[in-house]
Amino acid sequence: MLCDDCKKKEATIQITQIIDNQKMTLNLCQKCAEKRGFSSPFAGVPFPLAEFLSSMISSGPTGSGMGKKTLSRTEKETKCPNCGMTLSQFAQRGRLGCGSCYRTFRTQLKDLLRKIHGSDRHRGKIPNLPGVQMEYLKEERKLQEELKKAIDEEDFEMAASIRDKIKNLQEKK
Amino acid sequence: MFEDLVKKPAAWLSGEGENSEIVLSSRVRLARNICAVPFPSVAQSGEREKAVSFVLGAIQKSSRLASGQFYNSCDLSPLDRDFLIERHLVSPEFMKEGNSKALYIGEGEKISLMINEEDHLRIQALKSGLEIKSAFELADKVDSELSSSLEFDFDPDFGYLTSCPTNVGTGMRASVLIHLPGLVLTKEIENVISQVTKLGLTVRGFYGEGSDVLGNLFQISNQTTLGKSEEDLIESLEKVTLQIIEYENNSRNTLYREAREQIEDKIWRAFGILQNARVITSTEVTNLLSAIRLGLGMGTITQVPLSVINQILLISFPAHLQKYFNREMDPNQRDIQRAELIREKLKGTT
Repeated sequence: MLCDDCKKKEATIQITQIIDNQKMTLNLCQKCAEKRGFSSPFAGVPFPLAEFLSSMISSGPTGSGMGKKTLSRTEKETKCPNCGMTLSQFAQRGRLGCGSCYRTFRTQLKDLLRKIHGSDRHRGKIPNLPGVQMEYLKEERKLQEELKKAIDEEDFEMAASIRDKIKNLQEKK
Repeated sequence: MFEDLVKKPAAWLSGEGENSEIVLSSRVRLARNICAVPFPSVAQSGEREKAVSFVLGAIQKSSRLASGQFYNSCDLSPLDRDFLIERHLVSPEFMKEGNSKALYIGEGEKISLMINEEDHLRIQALKSGLEIKSAFELADKVDSELSSSLEFDFDPDFGYLTSCPTNVGTGMRASVLIHLPGLVLTKEIENVISQVTKLGLTVRGFYGEGSDVLGNLFQISNQTTLGKSEEDLIESLEKVTLQIIEYENNSRNTLYREAREQIEDKIWRAFGILQNARVITSTEVTNLLSAIRLGLGMGTITQVPLSVINQILLISFPAHLQKYFNREMDPNQRDIQRAELIREKLKGTT
């Protein structure tokens, strides 16, 4: 459907206005909607993030976007122990407060990260930090490389054994 | 401030590096945050100060960053700020409101650090031409060196933690600034952009997020930062960029085959205007330079080196022009001075 105002661009926003008990529906493109003064609270926020955030704010089973679940009131108001940010605050700002937010909201963020990046696992650089977790991570990376090599060389017996080692390691974490 | 920088051409516009006739520059940016300090957008001013002093301490310990300059953003005038944005040393976001921000510019402008932008630290490496790999290597070395004295917030599952979840993981945004007049003129550009978008890359205008396309210049960058290694992300950006260069060259050849006179006329007229104009805006210069750059790539114009074209592009921007003449000017005065400066730069090139 073309935009009601410019009649050139595809309409992406539907606005329903009720003025003097008269209902009016407008189908507009982003630019024309902005011209009329309608702006999304998520303007400038990357698309999957905006969709996820708006689905978090809207309550009840009708909340669109995520489809399957909306967050319960307690989930929304859980505070990050370090900076005090809640999920509803995150939903409004689109930015997290500190590193601990990622640990506090791990489950909900995993969903979001899969939507944004198509993955919830880091595969890049590992800094030289102390800690058992980091040792596991380095070991896992090494095994994954060995696994890839074994598969390339069609050594499937070896591949299966490496896969078991990786599984063990992930369970230990 | 920066009077010495303005007289020098920016290193990222030197015209050196692979495919520099089409790819103006390559940039790699890494986002990092310091452990146990809240991200800048929610941090108290004392905590933001703390981030600045931590990073400053790490810079002082780094041998690679020994010869650069450090600036507090509160010491920068509005003109200084615009100058740095035009020069791609900081993001427009960085120069918006907010206190306790600081900036480091490395020697030769290849490395710059923004402190307390959206994240505590943004490491940026900038190179002329298609040099994404070497830009990444540079940024990566600086990151490793800084991390020997700074503890960056890192999660075994999510990687480097960032204020916005769209940057988490590698925290890396790699981009190229690419000139595509052939694809624009043959109207193939929409098609190419839609293909590129499907491959997990983003296409934007000259000055990043939300900016318009100016002078047929586009910025292409990786969209996702999590789930792939830095090397894989860079390889895919480089592959796609090489493919786009091939499409661009094909389009240029088609244009020259089918409408040589019209295209050459456009190029020579652009040259004529720049050589003779008495009043000219920066937008007009950027668009005319696009035609000259095309002419240079196709061998139509041979009397001006690429480095001069790049220098005119940069010096024509409002803040650069005012810094160059070391005085503030209103838009009308700027348009006159700009025309004069360009005539001078192109003298003897007929």
